[in-house]
Amino acid sequence: MRREVPIIICFLAGFFFISDFFIPQEGWTEVAHRVNQWAIIVISFAYVLGVANVVRVNSQVIRKRGNDWKYKIVLLCGLALMLTLGIGFGIQKGTAFNWVFMNAIYPLQATMFSLLAFYIASAAFRAFRIRNWEAALLAVTAVLVMIGRVPVGEMIWKDFPNFIEWIMNVPQLAAKRAIMIGAALGAISTGLKVLIGLERTYMGGE
Amino acid sequence: MKNKIVKTLEYLERLDRRIIFIFIAAAVTFPLLFPMNIDFSVTPPVQSFYDTIQSLPEGSKILLSCDYDPGSLPELWPMHVSAVRQLCQKNVRIICTQLWPAGSPLAEAAFDEVAVGEFNKEYGTDFVNLGFKEGREVVMVSMGKSIPSTFPSDYHGNKVESLPVMEGVENYEDLDLIVNISGGLPGTKEWILQVVTRFHIPLVSGCTAVVAPEFYPYLQSGQLKGLLGGMKGAAEYEKLVGKIGLGRRGMDSQSVSHIVVFLFILIGNIAYFATRKGKKK
Repeated sequence: MRREVPIIICFLAGFFFISDFFIPQEGWTEVAHRVNQWAIIVISFAYVLGVANVVRVNSQVIRKRGNDWKYKIVLLCGLALMLTLGIGFGIQKGTAFNWVFMNAIYPLQATMFSLLAFYIASAAFRAFRIRNWEAALLAVTAVLVMIGRVPVGEMIWKDFPNFIEWIMNVPQLAAKRAIMIGAALGAISTGLKVLIGLERTYMGGE
Repeated sequence: MKNKIVKTLEYLERLDRRIIFIFIAAAVTFPLLFPMNIDFSVTPPVQSFYDTIQSLPEGSKILLSCDYDPGSLPELWPMHVSAVRQLCQKNVRIICTQLWPAGSPLAEAAFDEVAVGEFNKEYGTDFVNLGFKEGREVVMVSMGKSIPSTFPSDYHGNKVESLPVMEGVENYEDLDLIVNISGGLPGTKEWILQVVTRFHIPLVSGCTAVVAPEFYPYLQSGQLKGLLGGMKGAAEYEKLVGKIGLGRRGMDSQSVSHIVVFLFILIGNIAYFATRKGKKK
């Protein structure tokens, strides 16, 4: 029963939502909408579990003075601060929560993302070595798209943006669509295997 | 002399990344301080984005979904602000949602700057921020049945059904367009898969440059009506909307830094081939 019951629940839930997609009848969609509302509530509880897990994992590291334990203290203090400010005083404009978000999280996250420019430049310098024919094709296309995607490309050659649009719309799109169709077929077969109980790894142990 | 050249080439092949970082920093900073204003044309996906919004009749109702966070803000903020600007110019009613928790303050900031600051639009009458709702695709599908029951209260705690902007809006059938500003997942792809194909509502998207190629198949199939890819897309869009902003200003930096990256790739390959010959000998 420990295996059969979850498989039956998974099967019924899965096929219910598939049928909701193909049966747009009033009564059916009403039930599906109600189940969706339940799903939103259940998913929201994942945040509670997430917070509990972050606290548990990081407190253990701090207690045992594990790697980077000092940073874990900062993490837990940040978590406690934002939870207190958000739940206690609200999240709207003019609140302390919003102030911390706009003046600390906003610039910090933007900075982290901006650092990518440096790492991408360094990675491009090392990765685009023309070691063979395929690498040459990759490097030449990358350079063309890189230059054609910025205004200086158009300054060099007036039709550069149109040429880049052609690369995006023909060779790139053909390859991308082939990958997408392949991945979609894979996802359908995996989904069906889960629904009919052939794939049971989500239950753990098998 | 020959030995010196070989040593230089070997040094260039294994160039310290910190030197690359310095050059990139200079390439990004100097054009911001001393703009070159290199002109550029508008590409078809951006033109389609603009035309789709432009074709909306006055008083139309649209859903603006701001699904990003400050991580992708440098790329997406310019197009977000410009989209709000064009929507306000067209006098359409904006219903804004977020599927990313950190997106709500950004949506508020864009409304403050443009809708209220430039157009004196009134909250609750001309636009509303329904805030963030966890549930990703489930929320998208749930809105297909009922938006007010999926978002019973807005970001400020007002009852959604009582707001004038929501008058006559029950689900996607009552909306004319979805404008999605997407930083990743859930984002444009999920809107297409869950909403466009199912509820047959047109969608335009602004996304980061790195994911833009992923959406070209949907653009070609007509499931996506227009696409702004990264800061270049935002800069082209700003040109169409008629107000230069951060996108346009960032273009010079991006141009110079791309040239610098290209030169590094070139130098790396010259050094690689020159030293490889020596190694083979």
